[in-house]
Amino acid sequence: MYPRSLPYLLLLPSTLFLCVFFLYPFGLVAWQAFVTDTGQFTSEFFVEMKSHWKFGTALTNTLMLALAVVPFQICLALYMATLVNGMKRGRDLILYIWTIPLGISDLAAGIIWLAVFEQTGFLNSMLQGIGVIDQPMSLLSYQNTGTIFLAILLAEVWRATAIVLVILVAGMGLIPKEYYEAAEVFGAGRWKRFTRITLPLLKPSLQTAMILRVILAFEVFAVVVALGGTNLPVLMGEIYTWQFDLQDANVAAAYALVILVISIACTLLIMWGLRTPKGARV
Amino acid sequence: MSTAHRFGSFPVQLAGSWHRYLFTGAVILLCLWVLVPIYLLLVNTLSSAEAVAAYPKKPFPEIDTESLQFFMNYAGVGQALWNSIKVATVTMILSIAAGAPAGYALSRFDFRGKDTFRILVLMTRAFPLPLLALPLAVLYIRIGLDDSVLGLAFVHTTLALPFAVLITFSLFSGIPIELEEAAWTLGCNRFQAFYKVIFPLVLPGIAASAIFAFVISWNEVFAAAVLTIENRTLPAFLLQGLSDSPMHLKFAGGAVLVLPALLFIFLVRKYLFSMWGIANR
Repeated sequence: MYPRSLPYLLLLPSTLFLCVFFLYPFGLVAWQAFVTDTGQFTSEFFVEMKSHWKFGTALTNTLMLALAVVPFQICLALYMATLVNGMKRGRDLILYIWTIPLGISDLAAGIIWLAVFEQTGFLNSMLQGIGVIDQPMSLLSYQNTGTIFLAILLAEVWRATAIVLVILVAGMGLIPKEYYEAAEVFGAGRWKRFTRITLPLLKPSLQTAMILRVILAFEVFAVVVALGGTNLPVLMGEIYTWQFDLQDANVAAAYALVILVISIACTLLIMWGLRTPKGARV
Repeated sequence: MSTAHRFGSFPVQLAGSWHRYLFTGAVILLCLWVLVPIYLLLVNTLSSAEAVAAYPKKPFPEIDTESLQFFMNYAGVGQALWNSIKVATVTMILSIAAGAPAGYALSRFDFRGKDTFRILVLMTRAFPLPLLALPLAVLYIRIGLDDSVLGLAFVHTTLALPFAVLITFSLFSGIPIELEEAAWTLGCNRFQAFYKVIFPLVLPGIAASAIFAFVISWNEVFAAAVLTIENRTLPAFLLQGLSDSPMHLKFAGGAVLVLPALLFIFLVRKYLFSMWGIANR
């Protein structure tokens, strides 16, 4: 029918590409983090990274942000997805509006929320307009890491819930309608149908969405720079600083390895926590 | 009565109209949540520099293009915009050229190593890809690709390629193989059958995945900032100027970044779901 080599020939370009620009660079990162320019194996870059005063804060901030953003996003997207599924008219329009942030970069999202939170921004203007405050509060200065954190949280939820929504809506579309009809015949209410049918059958989609979001949450960078400058250090921002301002690619690589390790650990944890036994798939 | 229930829908007849109001209210509120921040950015963009710095702010724009003009004439912006377009275009071409054949192979053939390849593609999701820019920055200096359009486009292609593979895979899977077989029996060879029958059918989908690749590259900040120095793309240029440029410049830059992306997402909206639906399995 066809030469046996045809499928391999078709896969060759993308496989080559992923090997050269995906697998190989990750090997290089590990190499850079452990080996000096003269070829000596060393852990000094990690020691230098750990002893820097910003490392602990950056790590905590990154983890806290991921912990605050991701669960909130999953719940919000679940709610939005059930709303969309209950819709008779206008479903496509609403879905388009809700997925708009999908096309917006993290940098642009940061700038958008800067318009709200800056000192002469819309939040202060509105609060003054309704008489809550007399003069603008400085929300994003270095004394207010709490409000910076909150602003970043809102910007991240605003920007990246759309991707979770798309994955969950696609996943819900795969669940056979008969299951719900059967459950209804036996008298299951809306909440019971949600927890007993939707959630268990949505596990693979939830898994995909959570892995994707957690990885992206560890990479949070431009939103933070746009809203907080360097007032709220995160891991990715520290990498950028070490690479450029401090001109030390080795320590930057050590940081990168930290992100890599927590990313892989979380991926494995989510894969295990939300595993679907064989034969229980839709 | 109970036939009125659809999955997730509210039992209108049973619970009365306040359920309906709650439902509509939630939908409208969530739409505002998405749209209002974008609107506020546009208000700032379409106001003069004084209005942007003024306090308290008015919620309506004065329709003044001063900020936008200032931004577009600002030194380096035109160059950055042009670089962004170049990098995104190269990314688009590379990811489709490499991704579409792979998508076709995955949908049409059974062969050893198929699962290995799928795992390789899905693995890219579990890795923080912008980090790739760090080792490549060192490598590029050695091979003369530093600060170049092509070098950055390679990294962006790594981001876009998995999506291109998955979208084209779902596109080709949606076309019955019988169509191809019919073409073969009528005397087409494999290539002709693909070119004359399958290609016209998948063209819109391919275009959508190309646009998606373009958006991924257009929006990417970290790798762009790490790999370019003179030839900054627009996001990298904006990022660099965040700490010292005036507010109205940031907002105009943000708007220039957002608007094309909005248009592109509108064009590809139909394909978003087929893409992610397949990614779940």
